[in-house]
Amino acid sequence: MAPDRNLDHLEEQIAQWRAHLLRRGAVDPADAEELETHLREQVAMLQDGGLAVDEAFLVAVKRMGSLDAVSREFARVHSERLWKQLVAEPADSSDRSRSGRPETAVAVGLAFVAAAAIKVPELFGHHFASAGSVGFYARNASLFVLPLLAGYFLWKRGWDRMRCLWLALPFVAAAVLANAFPFAPDGATVVLTAIHLPIALWLAVGIAYAGGRWNTVAGRMDFVRFSGELFIYYVLFALGGGVLALFTGTMFDAIGLDVGWLLETWLLPCGALGAVLVGAWLVEQKQSVIENMAPVLTRVFTPLFAAVLLAFLVTMVWTGSGIDVEREVLIGFDLLLVLVVGLLLFAVSARDPQAPRDAFDALQQILVVAALIVDVVALAAIATRISEFGFSANKLAALGENLILLVNLAGSALLYARFLRGAGTFAALERWQTAYLPVYAVWAAIVVVVFPPLFGYR
Amino acid sequence: MQVGKDLVAASATPLVLAILQQGESYGYAIMKRVAELSGGELTWTDGMLYPLLHRLERLGYIGARWGVSETGRKRRYYRITPDGRAQLAVQRRQWQVVEATLRRVRWEPAPAVG
Repeated sequence: MAPDRNLDHLEEQIAQWRAHLLRRGAVDPADAEELETHLREQVAMLQDGGLAVDEAFLVAVKRMGSLDAVSREFARVHSERLWKQLVAEPADSSDRSRSGRPETAVAVGLAFVAAAAIKVPELFGHHFASAGSVGFYARNASLFVLPLLAGYFLWKRGWDRMRCLWLALPFVAAAVLANAFPFAPDGATVVLTAIHLPIALWLAVGIAYAGGRWNTVAGRMDFVRFSGELFIYYVLFALGGGVLALFTGTMFDAIGLDVGWLLETWLLPCGALGAVLVGAWLVEQKQSVIENMAPVLTRVFTPLFAAVLLAFLVTMVWTGSGIDVEREVLIGFDLLLVLVVGLLLFAVSARDPQAPRDAFDALQQILVVAALIVDVVALAAIATRISEFGFSANKLAALGENLILLVNLAGSALLYARFLRGAGTFAALERWQTAYLPVYAVWAAIVVVVFPPLFGYR
Repeated sequence: MQVGKDLVAASATPLVLAILQQGESYGYAIMKRVAELSGGELTWTDGMLYPLLHRLERLGYIGARWGVSETGRKRRYYRITPDGRAQLAVQRRQWQVVEATLRRVRWEPAPAVG
């Protein structure tokens, strides 16, 4: 072997050793660097003593001791390292100089822009807490923050003029429609618009997030993971914000000042919008630092929901009682399906498609099939009711959503069954789920664009 | 003869502090110095030296800085602090007590029981 080939081989072996060392949580890159320097010095010394490169490497590694034992010792000294800390800097130090500082500034800056933007309509007479403006803010809330979020990702993934123009389109269209339609103030369509507009626009955010990878399964799955984590962060922020508001209110109350108006018209709207951008930025920062939370919750709740659904089905068959179709029941079943699809989606997002099937897959299948049966029973009950009383905007929207989710679950059940029998791959299920993502947004867009005129803006 | 594992572990702190008292040094050199001074009878598992150095650094007995080796690689240099010197003095005295006790056992006959 030529000497340089030998050296290449040594570099490769050292890189492997180092990767092995780093995989243990307690050893950080700086420690690994220090140990590697030691290893190299030892190798050089042994070579001077007459050993061949390979032999020198083996002896040096042996003298270094078992990596498990060394890492255990490191863990004892630095126990905090076993708790991965979310620092507001990229985990990789080589990354820091390139993008760390400006990204923090951009994200926090955009959060302030969102917080300020929600106060701008105030200048034009839309007072946040007044009854007359509830509809305006409900329809437009997502427009104050989602374009900024999309802009953040466009900036982060690199500008591309065509993509920016295309992505500006849905936001502009949404802004025009949400404000040009003559909604009846207490109608159903204004509520439907407020709910569905963010769902439709979330697709545009996804395209910006994926940055050219939107048409790949991996790109869309990343967006699913991002959405789940952002949701969890947002809930945590909301809890923290609630505690902050509670303390502020109580403390100023103690000195005889009522700051309720301040909390209601400033802290709540500005915080709610700013938190979206700060949350998105944190998810981006920590994605490789901390384990994703959504799949963990999925693991915990999939068995529980499967058990509840099965118990529900068994009870229904046992007692022979049908579903009592109340006004809200359709929405309730929609939410159930959203939940099951969510559980499925995050389980899929966290699973290694190459891994063999296991008990959790069977459990997932039970959950999906049970949800399907429960929903079909409910749909049958609802269909009779609708045929009696006719359609309203709410019923049609809820029914459409139910059908969309039903089709998704039916497809998933089919692909899962194939996978569990060994006849199909898990990747097929992954493809099905990611290919389905635009369907939700398209339906939401239909509700926003078609429903108000169709139902006379009521 | 090789020194046993427990004794190696117990003596590591004073040895490292004593070597660093003679001047700033780095991991590999400290280890080599110990091997030289003991004539090869006191050997460490190389990897274990670093967690020890980090622990001493946390305790404030030694300080550390990043430097560059002759071959241009990053290398961490350690130096003793005043606290470390005080600790070394304490540990030295403790070792002297152990050693002196051990010596006296050999020379003085066991007292008659009863």
